[in-house]
Amino acid sequence: MEMFDQLFSLLGATIRMATPLIFAAMAGIFSERSGIIDISLEGKMLMSAFAAAVVSYETGSPIFGLGAALFISMMLSLLHGYASITQKGNQTISGLAVNFLASGLTVTLGHAWYSQGGLTPALKNEQRFTAIDLPGAEWMGENIPVLGSFYERVLSGHNILVYLAFVAAAVSFWVLFRSRFGLRLRATGEEPNAVDSAGISVAWVRYRAILIAGSLAGFAGAYLSIAQNASFIREMTSGRGYIALAAVIFGKWHPRGALLACLLFGFLQALETRMQNVELPLVGELPTQLFSAIPYIITVVLLAGFIGKAIAPKAIGRPYVKER
Amino acid sequence: MTPAIELSSINKQFGPVWANRDIDLKIMPGTIHGIVGENGAGKSTLMSILYGFYTADSGDIHVNGRKVTIRNSHHAIDLGIGMVHQHFMLVETFTVLENIMLGMEGGSLLFKARSRARKALEEITEKYGLNVDPDALVGELPVGLQQRVEILKALYRGAKVLILDEPTSVLTPQETGQLFEILRTLRSQGVTVLIITHKLKEIMAITDNVSVMRGGCMVAHRQTSETSTTELAELMVGRTVLLQVDKEVAVPGRTRLKVEGLSYTDERGVKRLKDVSFHVRAGEILGLAGVTGNGQSELMKVLAGSLPQDSGSFTLDTSNGVYTFNVNDYRDAAMMRDCSVGHVPENRLVQGVVKSFPASENAILGYQNKEEYGSPLLDPAKIVAATEEMMEAYDVRPRLPGLKTANFSGGNQQKLVLAREMMKEPELLLIGQPTRGVDIGAIEAIHRNLIDARDKGAAVLLVSVELDEIMSLSDRIIVMNDGMITGEVNAADTNEMELGLLMTSTNRKDDEAMATAVETPKAEAVA
Amino acid sequence: MNPVMAESPAWVRVALIPFLQLVLALAISSLVVLIIGEDPIHAFQVMIRGATNTDFGGISNTLYYATNFIFTGLAVAVAFHAGLFNIGGEGQVYVAGLAVALLCLALDSTLNAWFMAPLIIIGTALFGAIWGAVPGYLQARRGSHIVVTTIMFNYIAMAFMSYMLVEYISKLGGNSTDSRYWNAEAVIPKMHEISSSFPYSLLNPTILLALGVSAAVWVLIWRTRLGFAIRTVGSNPEAAKYAGIDAGRIIIITMAISGALAGMMAVNEVYAAQSRLILNFPNGAGFMGIAVALMGRNHPVGIVFAALLFGAMNQGGTELQFEIPSISPQVVLVIQALVVFFTGALDQLLRGPIENWFQRRAIARSQQAAAQG
Repeated sequence: MEMFDQLFSLLGATIRMATPLIFAAMAGIFSERSGIIDISLEGKMLMSAFAAAVVSYETGSPIFGLGAALFISMMLSLLHGYASITQKGNQTISGLAVNFLASGLTVTLGHAWYSQGGLTPALKNEQRFTAIDLPGAEWMGENIPVLGSFYERVLSGHNILVYLAFVAAAVSFWVLFRSRFGLRLRATGEEPNAVDSAGISVAWVRYRAILIAGSLAGFAGAYLSIAQNASFIREMTSGRGYIALAAVIFGKWHPRGALLACLLFGFLQALETRMQNVELPLVGELPTQLFSAIPYIITVVLLAGFIGKAIAPKAIGRPYVKER
Repeated sequence: MTPAIELSSINKQFGPVWANRDIDLKIMPGTIHGIVGENGAGKSTLMSILYGFYTADSGDIHVNGRKVTIRNSHHAIDLGIGMVHQHFMLVETFTVLENIMLGMEGGSLLFKARSRARKALEEITEKYGLNVDPDALVGELPVGLQQRVEILKALYRGAKVLILDEPTSVLTPQETGQLFEILRTLRSQGVTVLIITHKLKEIMAITDNVSVMRGGCMVAHRQTSETSTTELAELMVGRTVLLQVDKEVAVPGRTRLKVEGLSYTDERGVKRLKDVSFHVRAGEILGLAGVTGNGQSELMKVLAGSLPQDSGSFTLDTSNGVYTFNVNDYRDAAMMRDCSVGHVPENRLVQGVVKSFPASENAILGYQNKEEYGSPLLDPAKIVAATEEMMEAYDVRPRLPGLKTANFSGGNQQKLVLAREMMKEPELLLIGQPTRGVDIGAIEAIHRNLIDARDKGAAVLLVSVELDEIMSLSDRIIVMNDGMITGEVNAADTNEMELGLLMTSTNRKDDEAMATAVETPKAEAVA
Repeated sequence: MNPVMAESPAWVRVALIPFLQLVLALAISSLVVLIIGEDPIHAFQVMIRGATNTDFGGISNTLYYATNFIFTGLAVAVAFHAGLFNIGGEGQVYVAGLAVALLCLALDSTLNAWFMAPLIIIGTALFGAIWGAVPGYLQARRGSHIVVTTIMFNYIAMAFMSYMLVEYISKLGGNSTDSRYWNAEAVIPKMHEISSSFPYSLLNPTILLALGVSAAVWVLIWRTRLGFAIRTVGSNPEAAKYAGIDAGRIIIITMAISGALAGMMAVNEVYAAQSRLILNFPNGAGFMGIAVALMGRNHPVGIVFAALLFGAMNQGGTELQFEIPSISPQVVLVIQALVVFFTGALDQLLRGPIENWFQRRAIARSQQAAAQG
């Protein structure tokens, strides 16, 4: 039983680690499926984590904090969109600029407002999204073997945003593949000419896509600062935006694939903390750095076509200009 | 009778360029109306205005007698105008059905939209006899069927007027025939068809009326039955074309290029060259005739060293020695140039120049490794001097070697490429569409230069879709169709009819397979 | 009829427009300072004084930072010329730091600076080149996108270097995340150690290397056949093929050069200035190279000036915290971000109208001249 308990708490941790990645990966899918490269996931997450922490602290309400996170992340999306859709600028450069801006602004403002070197003050529990125990979790964990433990440790005990992340993945799939908007969005990322000639505004589809991406990245950021942690910490995203991007590629720009990739990457993160000073048979102690590098390494390997092939949406990265 | 479409005094400028100037046009309902003109005559711009891609700077549009302002393509669709673009506007990862309903889903949920669209599509296919499997992935369909999807898309949107922009440029002759059959059916069902092309034969074959454009202006309207290709050609170019080029009888020397059994399959698995064999001798011009897209481009690329063949070989015999290039032999374009092969690519404004470079750097593109341009570093003074010489010899204007190439007109960029390739006096010259996009005045000079090169002993392989050009310049002519050489004739003893037959000669298994596939697309998709 | 489309004058394109873009970036940064409740004019005064004073090493440290940015800026620019966006400068610098560590740990007790310095230069360039060439290879031969691969390589470098530092290098002396100091005999002296007329600073002769490399890059891009090939591949890959240039090979070579340039920043930072390998020492300098290259229009001269500017901002930023404690030195990142926006993604915002205006003026003039002539 002990073994199951450990395995299940590892899976529970996996889900918690995967949550921000899932939100951000879904954001990336919306943006990239519409043809806009989203390097700026990292910056949007960082900025919204900051906004969530500040507003939660100042108002005492995590709901307001979440709202602020969504708002600020969508504003960054609009900035990215203005540069890459309206001004037809280089999307990679624009995305990087958003990331630099977020790095600079969060520390500058945090430092000025709270004088803690960029940190925000610690949040009290009622200023955060805290874990929810599903009904009967503890009882089942103690009385029903295996399944009860699974219920208690994997399904129960997460905050509301964790559950929302899975809802977001399902809704993303539904919107992209079952709705008219999704059809148009996917067409825009593949063949914007077809969309334009069908009388649909390419720019408007793309703006909506990146606004959705912005709001999803906002959830991811808020999760980091007001759910998983209890304050904003400098550079607290630490590359999660890029891991999410890797998950998008790994999942071949499909919500189902990306969700699985996020869970895999989340599992690696959960494992990282548990593998410290653990001697494994044959290989001995694995360096923790290996776990943090694996998502990047396998993405490189995948992109290089050594295992399968990731084919990006055809029109990605190209500003839409009407053909003469 | 009210015209289906009436344009009056349409003007459109792009910067300083008049794309359309004072255009008048009447299209009668239930007819097939052709618009001809050379590349850049303003046909596509005019159609884009009609389809709402661009708005005219001034002028009126009437649709069925009602004055309208077409704001965007959505609006054009509402007015019953549909368009089949030269480059298909299809999402290759979508099915036929999804492509057809895109933008006309009629509801925010896809599953409802799909079944509705499927029903409507069945009605249309029945009415017009256009069969396509609605669940096939568009990217996996042959080009002819993709075009059919485009037509279906327009009809699904309720098009009463169908505009086709250069519809046959990507089609095989069989597919062209099938397309014309479809267009006739559409006409019989009351659809008005507007077809843009620069191929006069097609105009004569399919249209009821024809309008001619030149340099952004509408120069004539004719009833097709009352005009001829000669008259249309004259109207297109604005004066009687001098078909005859003065030249001496060729004195061919030894064989410079020998091609044996060359085959090439592209990355999509389509066989582009099938067992091609021929030779070109020093001091002769060999014309290669054929409809665009029948393997000429690939042949030139293989010979220029930038595509590897799958089988067969070719042998170069120049003053640098005799070299045979077999399947796996390494070669690149620089190596060919070292063997004294000059290459003027057909799409030279894309391939032949780097637009952001100054003219002087484009004047050495491909020859940049030659020591005459400085050693060990490139010497700008030497490069500029060489450029000035080229500009002088080929009358490139303005004579500014330092000016960014993009700032020269297309015709002058072409002249620079021609100068670069021809002034090296290559022993074998590969030249594609030598006069495409060149102004009339320069055509004669270019023809003269080609003859001169021949007379100096160069072997010239000339690819052109203009039969007149091929016939007047070449000494011998070979004809390609579907990747094969379908015949060889003496330029002096042939005529357009014979060449036309060779260009479309069809008695091969592939074609039969294609024909059956087209007739039963459903079966093919299921299999 | 005049077939020539007039170009706007060079000084407009390479000087006026970047200057106005910078002004715009600074103006918006001032808003941030205002939001914090400080006086932006005062803040800029402090920054300028901090970056240009001669008594406390202001100008020297500006030059020291600029040295880093010249290397990373050139790295980005060379790749740009081949149409490649190398975001991996950060990782290439980081890995090159390992070359310094390996060489110094192995040889700093046997070799003096005269022998050590050339080895260090070669070592950093080599390590950086490898870390750049692999993504180049993956793009050229395996079709992976260079942007994504170089990002991933940054993080792989972070994990790898952190492992090397924590597990091996720090255990040979030094703290848990740093190496020991290199033997002073084996390290080139800093300027203030060479001559007492220099104030104390981290500035060292590596800046001369940076300037020399800038000149070499200019020759490479505009005078060598390799540079011709690089620019052809970057501007028109089809034309490159037509000209007999193997684009794949050029991409790999260019990325190796780009990585080598970035790697050489470790000469300044790890070998000379800090004299030890510190965890996360690149500290964003690799990314700063993007802003520097964009602002400098990918030209070595422009890059040197842009690097000076960003060096000054970095140095001025560190001075800020002493005079105006509420402004974090990280505000420089905000300026950097805005510069990247206005010179990169939103380049046309100012450039379009300004160049148009000059073009129209030139056309009007030539028409006037034609009418009179």
